[in-house]
Amino acid sequence: MTNTLHRFGDAESFRDDYVIFAIPVRSKDMGAEELLPKLRRFLQIAIEYKPVNLGDTRKGGALRPGRGMNPLSHWKRDITPDFQGVVDGLAISTTVAAVFDNKVAAEDFIKRIHEEDFGLSVNISTSIDGAEQCCHHACIPRHSVGYSLGFEGHTEKLPDSQVMMLSTMCGHGMVSHSLAKKMIDFVKENRRTPEQAAAVLTRFCSCGVFNPSRAKRILEDARIKTN
Amino acid sequence: MRINPEKCVACGNCTYVCPMGAIYIDPVKQRATINDDECVECYTCFNGLSQEHLPPSFVRTVRKAFAMMRIRFDPEPDVCPTSAFEPNELVWPRVIRRAFSDPRVPHESTGVEGRGTEEVKTNDVTGRVKLGEAGLTIELGRPGVGVRFHEIQEICTALAKAGVAFEKKNPVTTLMTDVPTGKLREDILDEKVMSAIVEIKVSAERIEEIINIVRDVEKRLTTVVAIGVGVRCDNDGEDHIVAPILERLGYKLERAKTNTGLGRAVTATLQPEKELVKA
Repeated sequence: MTNTLHRFGDAESFRDDYVIFAIPVRSKDMGAEELLPKLRRFLQIAIEYKPVNLGDTRKGGALRPGRGMNPLSHWKRDITPDFQGVVDGLAISTTVAAVFDNKVAAEDFIKRIHEEDFGLSVNISTSIDGAEQCCHHACIPRHSVGYSLGFEGHTEKLPDSQVMMLSTMCGHGMVSHSLAKKMIDFVKENRRTPEQAAAVLTRFCSCGVFNPSRAKRILEDARIKTN
Repeated sequence: MRINPEKCVACGNCTYVCPMGAIYIDPVKQRATINDDECVECYTCFNGLSQEHLPPSFVRTVRKAFAMMRIRFDPEPDVCPTSAFEPNELVWPRVIRRAFSDPRVPHESTGVEGRGTEEVKTNDVTGRVKLGEAGLTIELGRPGVGVRFHEIQEICTALAKAGVAFEKKNPVTTLMTDVPTGKLREDILDEKVMSAIVEIKVSAERIEEIINIVRDVEKRLTTVVAIGVGVRCDNDGEDHIVAPILERLGYKLERAKTNTGLGRAVTATLQPEKELVKA
């Protein structure tokens, strides 16, 4: 899945965007029973480094839609991420992710994961330099790199760069262009704060890789700037 | 997906939420309606919208009263007030839309969620892409654009003519009826999905040739294409082979997924070559 590879923006725009995910690869040495505790531990350790999102591919991120919302909650919607809920809710071995909005946390987390030696495939999705520095900090040479070459073909069908930066933070396309534009407009009209608007978008990402901190920054910029 | 007309109050929240723009308020029915031909069964409306369970008649009355007074509602934009979305049973070939568009559903062919591919994310365990090789992921379709399988087939047939090796553990490859020609099943060609990834492996010196093939086919398509290039780094963690080729082709390399190599190396004895289907 290219859930984070083709995020829109230049390298500088990923300064607050580090997605680190662990993939369980079953092998003769590790079955599902061995993998699940490792994945839980990966997420639990991530909480120590203050992520901005945490997620599992099946159940979603730290901010999820409600199935039985109280009508009164429109006036006081809770936008606090439930990190521990993601850890406790992990029921099967699947890809898990932790999202950080600063380089130091990402570097320290990678170093710690290296020390823990889970044997899981761990990937960093960010700028090429940012990931290289994380590996350098943990004293591990990069194993493989998957480059994004960006979008081509009928790109005239794509929206403007602010909308693209927001919507591509869910690479599976669950954050629609229309909703991203609506949230920009809500912030411009002062109907929502950037933080509230970012929370709305975050709830749609079904793997928990959406970065609400970067979204908040983009929405703050979009309030006063055009593309 | 269907919207229960007994429940829908035409608040319009779902029209913004649909990644394909396939939901609209029918002015005659006064209900949210799905354009089934454009809907890719991604379930974003059902899974992403928070749900309230308010009585529809009450909500409609309140909305009418407020509308008469020209009072604008300001409810939360990601809520369906009456839980009107109801998944319906999908049958073949429509079910293929969901398999390629709803990331929560693992592809039966690969067992992988999302778009069903692992690219070089598990290369430290599988050893699929070796030094001097390139694993290319050619993703067709985007939210708001989508892609139909007959367009995906155009890329597949062009690549097959070039004699590339398609990744066996890839959902598109499993839909090929004839791998040497890149032909897909006839009964899915008109089905639309959010996006799909064609995955191949070539030697590094063939990257330019493959990219030129993709660029040539792109001109005949109506969708957007995103290419990813996966490479194996050397023992120092450097890539001195593929990055220079891509830069020479005019690509500014900004973002990547970097495999840290922490996957258990003991499993590197798996036979990667068996995972490929030679066209």
